[in-house]
Amino acid sequence: MALDRETVARIARLARIAVPEEELDGLTGELARILEWIDQLQEVDTEEVEPMRRVMDITPHLRADEVTDGDCREAILKNAPKRFDGYFVVPKVVE
Amino acid sequence: MSWVIEGETGAWELVCGLEIHAQVISKAKLFSGASTEFGAEPNTRVSPVDAGMPGMLPVLNMFCVEQAVRTGLGLRARINLFSVFERKNYFYPDLPNGYQISQYAHPIVGRGSVTIELSDGTTKEIGITRLHLEMDAGKSIHDRLPDATLIDLNRSGVALMEIVTEPDIRAPEEAVAFMRKLRAILRYLGTCDGNMEEGSLRCDANVSVRRVGSAELGTRTEIKNVNSMRFIARAIEYEARRQVEILESGGVVEQETRLFDDRRGVTRSMRTKEEAHDYRYFPDPDLLPLELDPAFVERIRASLPELPDEKKARFVREYGLSAYDAGVLVAEREVADWFEAAARGRDAKKVANWIITELFGALNRAGLDIGRCPIRPQQLGRLLDLVEEGKLSGRLAKDVFAVMFETGRDPDAIVEERGLVQVTDAAALEPIVERVVAENPRQVETYRKNPKVIGWFVGQVMKATRGKANPQLVQELLRKHLERA
Repeated sequence: MALDRETVARIARLARIAVPEEELDGLTGELARILEWIDQLQEVDTEEVEPMRRVMDITPHLRADEVTDGDCREAILKNAPKRFDGYFVVPKVVE
Repeated sequence: MSWVIEGETGAWELVCGLEIHAQVISKAKLFSGASTEFGAEPNTRVSPVDAGMPGMLPVLNMFCVEQAVRTGLGLRARINLFSVFERKNYFYPDLPNGYQISQYAHPIVGRGSVTIELSDGTTKEIGITRLHLEMDAGKSIHDRLPDATLIDLNRSGVALMEIVTEPDIRAPEEAVAFMRKLRAILRYLGTCDGNMEEGSLRCDANVSVRRVGSAELGTRTEIKNVNSMRFIARAIEYEARRQVEILESGGVVEQETRLFDDRRGVTRSMRTKEEAHDYRYFPDPDLLPLELDPAFVERIRASLPELPDEKKARFVREYGLSAYDAGVLVAEREVADWFEAAARGRDAKKVANWIITELFGALNRAGLDIGRCPIRPQQLGRLLDLVEEGKLSGRLAKDVFAVMFETGRDPDAIVEERGLVQVTDAAALEPIVERVVAENPRQVETYRKNPKVIGWFVGQVMKATRGKANPQLVQELLRKHLERA
């Protein structure tokens, strides 16, 4: 699978990772090798194989519809860099 | 029903599908034990899971799954016994994890359909593509501080059902009819309260246009924020006309997301496709695939209430109501129950008429819904009995109704207290009839030429008795006296 600098820059932007211009070529090469390896894995015929969706055959743990949590605003806001009137404060996200 | 936009170069057709977000009625959130209560103090209904704290694991609320299945059955849809929760990745401050847990390739509910009724009396099927479960994001408040945004995570993690329709809608009216019907179904099922003002039912519309007769689809735009029944039709119509204008002037419609501005009644661009999100869905490794037991689905199916379509058909069949009246009465389950309680053992058509004209009118004027109606169904029934028994004229019944609505008292008590019992005693009416005839010799002359003038005399007698006389009896007596005069 071909991978170009633009795609790598786009993936970085989507993941909100600031990648300096000079690192793009190196990263493109690294990611291309990983994808090549995946391509190699694709050669295995898995037509008849059920995808593995769980490591152990267990049924999911489920919750009943009961209020058992919340009402802990102090703890929730404790790590907030900024707060106001019980809210988190973040940089303005609209114009 | 055909709705076209007549352009300068010919006629255009609308092609529209809807995406609805319906908040699930549940006590706790989809993946945490925090409360879903609306309107609480900011950030007080938030668990560490909802705040995206590191190491927290989502645990599925089984009741929310039940609600989604119940809704799917109400939409006559296929229930998928195998479904998968996936992560939809995007960054926004009110989404603490940086992803929303949703369903993508394997939704819990597949194809279904909803029947809508249109103003010309016809019905139409609108296809349901799918319904999936997902968590809601928090709320951003942009207007409290001039240079910052405030975040309240109370809504973060509340269960939503995203319902997607096929592009079967061909007129703005159909979109409104669909939303009304969907809302009724959800409320009957008790899976969503349908409150558009509080945002528990939200609608986005995908709109495109094409030449009438064309089978190809045009480029579509997605309109966000169409959050009242009133605006749905306006937003879709505005957007369709905008696209026709662009196409007719030789332009191309850009695939983009547009926001409906309800104050100006226009749509404006939010983001174009180049900036469109790439959500990079993948199965959430924190959650196992959801596998349902067919018996679980059947248990829910067996517990479904009578839904609006079935109830409407029964009202037509059992009570002899017109399709229109039945449709009006079943729109809200509470109204339908109210009607049935009042109609039992009575002339159901009359009961329906009273509810639709008098009761709805009074409720509207008072700004009340049926749940807070001051009159009980039995009381309205009794009022109609009094008319039926000839104790009360139709006109007086309306006056009594007004007092009942005001005071919540029984009609018998009001009638007795105010001396409103209809006079059916010929001996009591005879002198009044005689007097009216004697006092109006010129009208008597007119009557001889035109017997219809008797209506005028009836009016005079009714006036003289303050509406208490039995009109049939008055007419009989008048005829006798007029012939003699």
